[in-house]
Amino acid sequence: MEALSWGGIIAQLFLQFTPVWIALIATFAVSIVFKRNLGLYGKLFDSVIGMVGFAIVMFWVYTALFTGLFDMIATHDALSQVSGMKNKVPGTALRRPEDGQFAWYLLGGDNLARDVFSRVVKGSVVVIQIAPLATLFAFMVGITLGLPAGYYGGRLDTVLSFAANLILAFPVILLFYLLVTPEIVATGLPQYMAVVLFVFPLVFFAVLIHSRFRTQPGKNKLYLAVVLVPLALLYLSLINEAGSKIAFWPLDFFDVPGGILVVFVSVVFVNSPTVFRIVRGLAMDIKTRDYVAAAQTRGEGPWYIMLWEILPNARGPLIVDFCLRIGYTTILLGTLGFFGLGLPPESPDWGSTINEGRKLLSIYLHPALPPAFALLSLVLGLNLLADGLREESLRD
Amino acid sequence: MGLFILRRVGVMILTALCLTFLVFFLTNLYPNLEKLAKTEGNFRMSDAEVASWLEKGGYLQPLPVKYGEWLGVLPSYTHTAENGDVSGRCILPGMTAEDAPRYCGILQGHWGWSTVFKDEVGAIIGTRLGLTGKLMFWVMMLMVPSALLIGVLAGMREGSVTDRSLSTASIITTATPEYVSGVLFIAVFASSAVGLKWFKGTATSAMENANFENFFLPVLTIALYGMGYIARMTRASMAEVMTAQYIRTARLKGVSFPNIVMKHALRNALIAPFTVIMLQFPWLLNGVVIVETLFNYKGFGWTLVQAAGNNDIELLLGVSVVSVIVVLVTQLISDIGYVYLNPRISVT
Repeated sequence: MEALSWGGIIAQLFLQFTPVWIALIATFAVSIVFKRNLGLYGKLFDSVIGMVGFAIVMFWVYTALFTGLFDMIATHDALSQVSGMKNKVPGTALRRPEDGQFAWYLLGGDNLARDVFSRVVKGSVVVIQIAPLATLFAFMVGITLGLPAGYYGGRLDTVLSFAANLILAFPVILLFYLLVTPEIVATGLPQYMAVVLFVFPLVFFAVLIHSRFRTQPGKNKLYLAVVLVPLALLYLSLINEAGSKIAFWPLDFFDVPGGILVVFVSVVFVNSPTVFRIVRGLAMDIKTRDYVAAAQTRGEGPWYIMLWEILPNARGPLIVDFCLRIGYTTILLGTLGFFGLGLPPESPDWGSTINEGRKLLSIYLHPALPPAFALLSLVLGLNLLADGLREESLRD
Repeated sequence: MGLFILRRVGVMILTALCLTFLVFFLTNLYPNLEKLAKTEGNFRMSDAEVASWLEKGGYLQPLPVKYGEWLGVLPSYTHTAENGDVSGRCILPGMTAEDAPRYCGILQGHWGWSTVFKDEVGAIIGTRLGLTGKLMFWVMMLMVPSALLIGVLAGMREGSVTDRSLSTASIITTATPEYVSGVLFIAVFASSAVGLKWFKGTATSAMENANFENFFLPVLTIALYGMGYIARMTRASMAEVMTAQYIRTARLKGVSFPNIVMKHALRNALIAPFTVIMLQFPWLLNGVVIVETLFNYKGFGWTLVQAAGNNDIELLLGVSVVSVIVVLVTQLISDIGYVYLNPRISVT
């Protein structure tokens, strides 16, 4: 086999991403045709910046989906080493490709002779799995605490704000080092934090449903059961892990792979105070509006007002911040990987691969640059998407 | 105003106490202490030996007592061996138990002993902080003027081509974390693979004598990430000021555009960015840790990584005290400065 030229590499890369291109074109075609019926999401397709951002974000989402679920885009395994491919430049052909094995390392090999391209693509799975979900959890925590703090004010607000400022005044990297080291993980502290932090979605949904249907007991019980039972099972299996401090047998259906839970917890912990402050500010602003006064006069309970009157009206800034925050979480995950904290060292996530690649940076560029560009593009996409959303939501 | 500052200082001290207690708790968890005993004593200690080693060092007292001793508000722990020898935290080598002070915590200036660097924690933090101060000074010198310039230029005429391109540029810089931009800069400007070799890929020599060649890349890397955010804030506040009534009046009077920007708009437009710049310090601290690791510049951030990675408890505590105080003081300055700059906000 011949080594590929740069043109050949680009063509092959383009071909490898074929399913992503198809999915992207389909998404855009459908969205643009129906954009008048799709609310804020449809309006996104009126702004060029928003569309560019959305395209970049969806590119990585689809890449992660096709790689993680169908094992399509990656050309090799993220961990398998092929002899003779150590630090080889992009486009090098394998020495003796077996049948059905892809014949080139499209973006070269790293210092352990693994395929850089496949690692970047597999790394997107790790990032796309953790970042949005961790952000969502941070939002649940921030909303559940921020709404009462802003709505009631007073002593509750003072205490919660003080706690939030406490976490915000902490240098993030120091916190990561304190939470993620193996000794602390062995004490079970991150797990206890998980117990506290992951209960917030349960509380959130329980209060959300109960405050709405409290006068219709039949519906109330049904909806509560439908939502809470699966969530509670998920919660219990999430915090449960055999061989750790919290391990009770019957309710452990899946295990979170090594280190990911700890990383997840620390990222949620760092993000939630900022969300809390934003939600609190919005709640303080919105509670003076007339429709809140109307609901109070109607005799609605405080939680109904918070969750069904204030929260829907705060959605614009929250959605924008959600996009920005996913980007920030991605950066945090990269930071963790960069310092080799939490995730296992062979993990293909972008931060870890950048950290590995930087050690030989003065001689070989190709192992470090693709993950760097991948991370940069995803965060940039999210920022542009947030900008587009902000522009469109301010328009009306 | 005096009362406001006093109250803020009170809250600040409370926050600092809470945070240092938190760090103290996390670093003094038993597995950490066990590791400390094994690295300081020997690796094959049995559990009983570890316990007696810790007992001797006073590590097994209740947490609040240990914290009080470390802070210097409780008399320090002393251990009397069976042969009558007295040892303790305050009793330095070559000192008898009678001469040693009773209190020795950080309030007395006794920061402890670093097990990694084999030196006084206070001295280490002093020198490292000096090195990082040098880095931060140049970061500020580069970041603040250019961010304000970009923001003012972009916000001056909202929606113009200049505005569009500068805004996009600032979005790109905020989307590039230090470990990405640093790697890119080293790859392009310092590696032998591209061959430009304009700058050096490490800043180790910059600790002694910093020059453009070995210091520019780390400074640029930190500055760039913060720059975009400040520039966007400045742009937003500038754009808002430019639509104000008094600017329109000035225009109608026939004041030239540069004069409007320089004399009328700028002062009001710079209130919001001031707060943002001060609040950037915690983020800069993050950037400093990453960049000092990346460029091997042995400053404060590098020390943090070494202390945390090697379980150096007292150094880690010292580092966190300093960083927490830096963050809190900048928050205080930003609050006071905001009140001072903006006559519409009153503290009462």
